[in-house]
Amino acid sequence: MLNEKERKEIKIFSKRAQMEVVKMIAGLPAGHLGGCLSICDLLSVLYNKQMKIEPSNPEWEERDWLVDSKGHSGPAVYASLALKGYFPMEQLATLNIPHTDLPSHCDRNHTVGIDMTTGSLGQGASLAAGVANGMKIDGRDNYVFLILGDGEIQEGQVWEMAMHAASRKLEHLIAFVDYNKLQIDGRTDTDSICNVGDIAAKFRSFGWYAQSVNGHDVDAIDDAITLAKANRGCPSVIVMDTVKGYGWSKSANQVGSHSRGFTAEEKEEALAEMQKELDRYEGTYA
Amino acid sequence: MNFTLSEKHDDNPIEMRKVYCDTLIELAEKNDRICVLDADLMAAMGTKPFAEKFPERTIDCGIQEANMIGVACGLSVQGKIPFAHTFAPFCTRRACDQIFLSGAYNKANVKVIGSDPGITAAYNGGTHMPFEDMGIMRLIPGMTVIEPTDNVMLGEMVKQVSGRYGMCYLRLVRRSAPEIYKEGSTFEIGKAVPIIDGKDATVIASGYCVKEAIDAADILARKGVSVRVLDMFTWKPLDEDAVIRAAEETGAIVTAENHNIINGLGAAVSQAVARRYPVPMEYVGVQDEFGEVGPVDYLRERFGLTAEHIVAAVERVLERK
Repeated sequence: MLNEKERKEIKIFSKRAQMEVVKMIAGLPAGHLGGCLSICDLLSVLYNKQMKIEPSNPEWEERDWLVDSKGHSGPAVYASLALKGYFPMEQLATLNIPHTDLPSHCDRNHTVGIDMTTGSLGQGASLAAGVANGMKIDGRDNYVFLILGDGEIQEGQVWEMAMHAASRKLEHLIAFVDYNKLQIDGRTDTDSICNVGDIAAKFRSFGWYAQSVNGHDVDAIDDAITLAKANRGCPSVIVMDTVKGYGWSKSANQVGSHSRGFTAEEKEEALAEMQKELDRYEGTYA
Repeated sequence: MNFTLSEKHDDNPIEMRKVYCDTLIELAEKNDRICVLDADLMAAMGTKPFAEKFPERTIDCGIQEANMIGVACGLSVQGKIPFAHTFAPFCTRRACDQIFLSGAYNKANVKVIGSDPGITAAYNGGTHMPFEDMGIMRLIPGMTVIEPTDNVMLGEMVKQVSGRYGMCYLRLVRRSAPEIYKEGSTFEIGKAVPIIDGKDATVIASGYCVKEAIDAADILARKGVSVRVLDMFTWKPLDEDAVIRAAEETGAIVTAENHNIINGLGAAVSQAVARRYPVPMEYVGVQDEFGEVGPVDYLRERFGLTAEHIVAAVERVLERK
């Protein structure tokens, strides 16, 4: 459960991360806006409350790990890392430019604070399970947090991992599905492409402890993670009901927000909308 | 490198999989980072004794090769040294993208073990007969690609790759392979073994074809042709210097491989030769075909991998010298 101070800090952090994402992508022809904005609330709960980390010591051996398997949401993670002080805020302006250490998809060999290289969907799932196996072998009391996209779970590898993680009783593996219902070619929740169906029920039938929450309700996310951590004997999944492109009226729930650019006016418009929310949080949670 | 050839090259009664498992156990006793993964082929690979001895460091993923490679890569990023085995086509073809991205691009440290190379897949037939695995692995930046020749070299290689950080592919026969080297021989990754010296032509061979190359050299010697034989067990990084010395000193090269000649050993050797010292070449290997079912004795003829095929290739190349 979040107290007032935590709630305010987490809401402000996620809004600031969203604004940084907009600034990063607006400087380029296009970027993966939608799937970045939909996970900022989750990232804020993880980096500010639930994840055991030490930003001044990114390689800390006793840290929890984060595997962002929907690697195209790298900019949201980079914004969160910079806000936590892993690297200077100014570095965010280097997204995707030649020789950058902030490539569009997460790469542990380039970016301080990134635990795993991802980008080919589905692969982060097994990598996270590998990390969880390693922690289990060593008897380490740490968690691996895995972020999956809802479109990503169309990959068979995710379900190979789901079966494996349950058999291996990887109770320190906590996965999230960013259920924003959109993928590049349309919807994930209808039969038009490949219906992902009842995600929680699917994981439950694979032997996982599954919860569903509003993915923009930071209290609900925090409570679900606390419950998942207390869960024993099987891995956990938290299906997060989210809005792709969350935070800007023009990108919210828009299939085209998966990858898009900004005109100068759109950038100002998006930032102004977000600033308004930020001001509201700062006023509300005194 | 310090090797001695065995006097005879009969099949070793000890199967290669036993050497593989025994070596892993020996390593794991000293190093708690060694892990073994498989995709429901531990019984076939003979690694059950490892599982019995080190159950906590054994992960049998079941029939899911992509996940197995991903889990192995995740383990390696956690500091483990995973050896992940399945039949060669199932790791190199089916889990190619996982080896490429979760492995090599991610700078992970997994030893990918592909068994039943080429015609040794025998009775499993064309679906299980990899003539492309080494080529696929060779195309991945940073991969070390090795085909251990016999039991002695296999034991050495398992030990050496365990201590060498990075992605590595080992292609190995599960059952008996001919004895080529005597116990105590040592090898260096990336250095061809100069098995026989000669001056008229060089046969650069790997794996199954090494014994055939030795036999071919004997046949040719009786015909008055002096052939150098190199065991090129490391396909990548290729021992280019040994290749170029062979080109300079013998003036003609034949490669012999239990693999498709496209993007195989012959292709790798050609690239070095064409760039640095062009000489006539011939290629003994699979001529861009799928495998088929049958005993090895049939398949070696069917795909042209015998000593006689190597002899004919040497005679052809000498005409163009």
